[in-house]
Amino acid sequence: MHPPRSSAPTDEFLQRDTALHAPALTPGYKTSVLRSPRLALISIEQTLSEITAPQFRPEELGPLDHDLILNYAKDGLPIGERIIVHGFVRDELGRPVPNALVEVWQANAGGRYRHRNDRYLAPIDPNFGGCGRMLTDAEGYYRYRTVKPGPYPWRNRINDWRPAHIHYAISGDGWCQRLITQMYFEGDPLIASCPIMQTVPTEEQARGLIALQDVSAFVPLDSRAYRFDITLRGRRATLFENFVQAGAAA
Amino acid sequence: MNRFPETSSQTGGPYVHIGLAPQQAGFDIFNNNFGNVLVDERTEGQRIAIEGQVIDGSGTVLRDVLIEIWQANAAGKYAHPGDLQAKALDPHFRGWGRGGADFETGLWRFETIKPGPVAGRKGQLQAPHINLWIVARGINLGLNTRLYFSDEGGANAADPVLNGIEWAIRRKTLIAQRGERDGLPVYRFDIRLQGETETVFFDI
Repeated sequence: MHPPRSSAPTDEFLQRDTALHAPALTPGYKTSVLRSPRLALISIEQTLSEITAPQFRPEELGPLDHDLILNYAKDGLPIGERIIVHGFVRDELGRPVPNALVEVWQANAGGRYRHRNDRYLAPIDPNFGGCGRMLTDAEGYYRYRTVKPGPYPWRNRINDWRPAHIHYAISGDGWCQRLITQMYFEGDPLIASCPIMQTVPTEEQARGLIALQDVSAFVPLDSRAYRFDITLRGRRATLFENFVQAGAAA
Repeated sequence: MNRFPETSSQTGGPYVHIGLAPQQAGFDIFNNNFGNVLVDERTEGQRIAIEGQVIDGSGTVLRDVLIEIWQANAAGKYAHPGDLQAKALDPHFRGWGRGGADFETGLWRFETIKPGPVAGRKGQLQAPHINLWIVARGINLGLNTRLYFSDEGGANAADPVLNGIEWAIRRKTLIAQRGERDGLPVYRFDIRLQGETETVFFDI
């Protein structure tokens, strides 16, 4: 197979395959009922507004921003299983997405979030903030260190529990690549019954949200590791004329 | 050619602020925080504020919603190498910001400048507009919409994206209404997730 052709920042993106995503209305996840648009999305041809996006620089991030074990440590280390999470951000054509901003947030090992609106019984960990961020390198690679989050109960049905998960927000090279999602952990028995996981339309897409334990990246006597790759939308080839900004000075 | 499926989107959940706006969640962790003020004193252009609420199908205001905006500078150019228009970049304007709704009132707000018109497809011109991305608990796939300005009637009438909305009556859901507060133009833009005046959301 030929490697994919390189893309130009002036190229349009492939149309989003909406069948890969949850519909807006997913009654099993009750909050979606009143918050889901009822009318069809209006599909538009991309313009400069959709094919461009903010660009981030390494100096905007601090040296510990991607180390959740140390970035809020006050008088000790956070409690919990030490893990590394790593992977590649690529596009739909398999090309790396370099310089993507990856932001992550999570509950602590007891399933409690450091957020003024979270009232769960489990205690706050004084040494754990629960968020981190990083930029992908030239190969689209990212990694961070944290403690494994705990599951927690939530008000949907009265005995619904979220599986352990880490939230992700990824900002790529185009506004229409912006993605927010959640990563789960291989082997978690709560995944199958989670109403939020059940919003994902296919088994294969659900599998794509589950990080696999990666023994090859373990740090002996220190940390286990999980591998989680992310696919963003890809720019498509401009075969004849680029219509996005026809007439603009090139 | 092989095509890999895009990773599925999931809701940002009620605690999206921890990751994207930790100070609003209630703690200080990063030295540099991304926020809802896009300008400094050197930025070129007309200072404006945009604000509003996001309203669900029962008429209740969302107080846990988070919005990001992306816009061109005063000359109508995006700070991105894909924008080849022969216009000047403003080194003091990135054009991107994020802000959470107030936990009590649900009001969100950005301080920015009014963007210039941007080239559209095939030599058309787009009216000044700001792109919005909306995430919250209960929203499975981030919602994309556009804010246009009530005092740009002529440009709005010629805007190819607005005109591409088949139902003319729905176009007005994208027009922010100009007001003024302490000499600053403030544009009000309420976003309705459902109902007769449901906001237009785009598949981009």
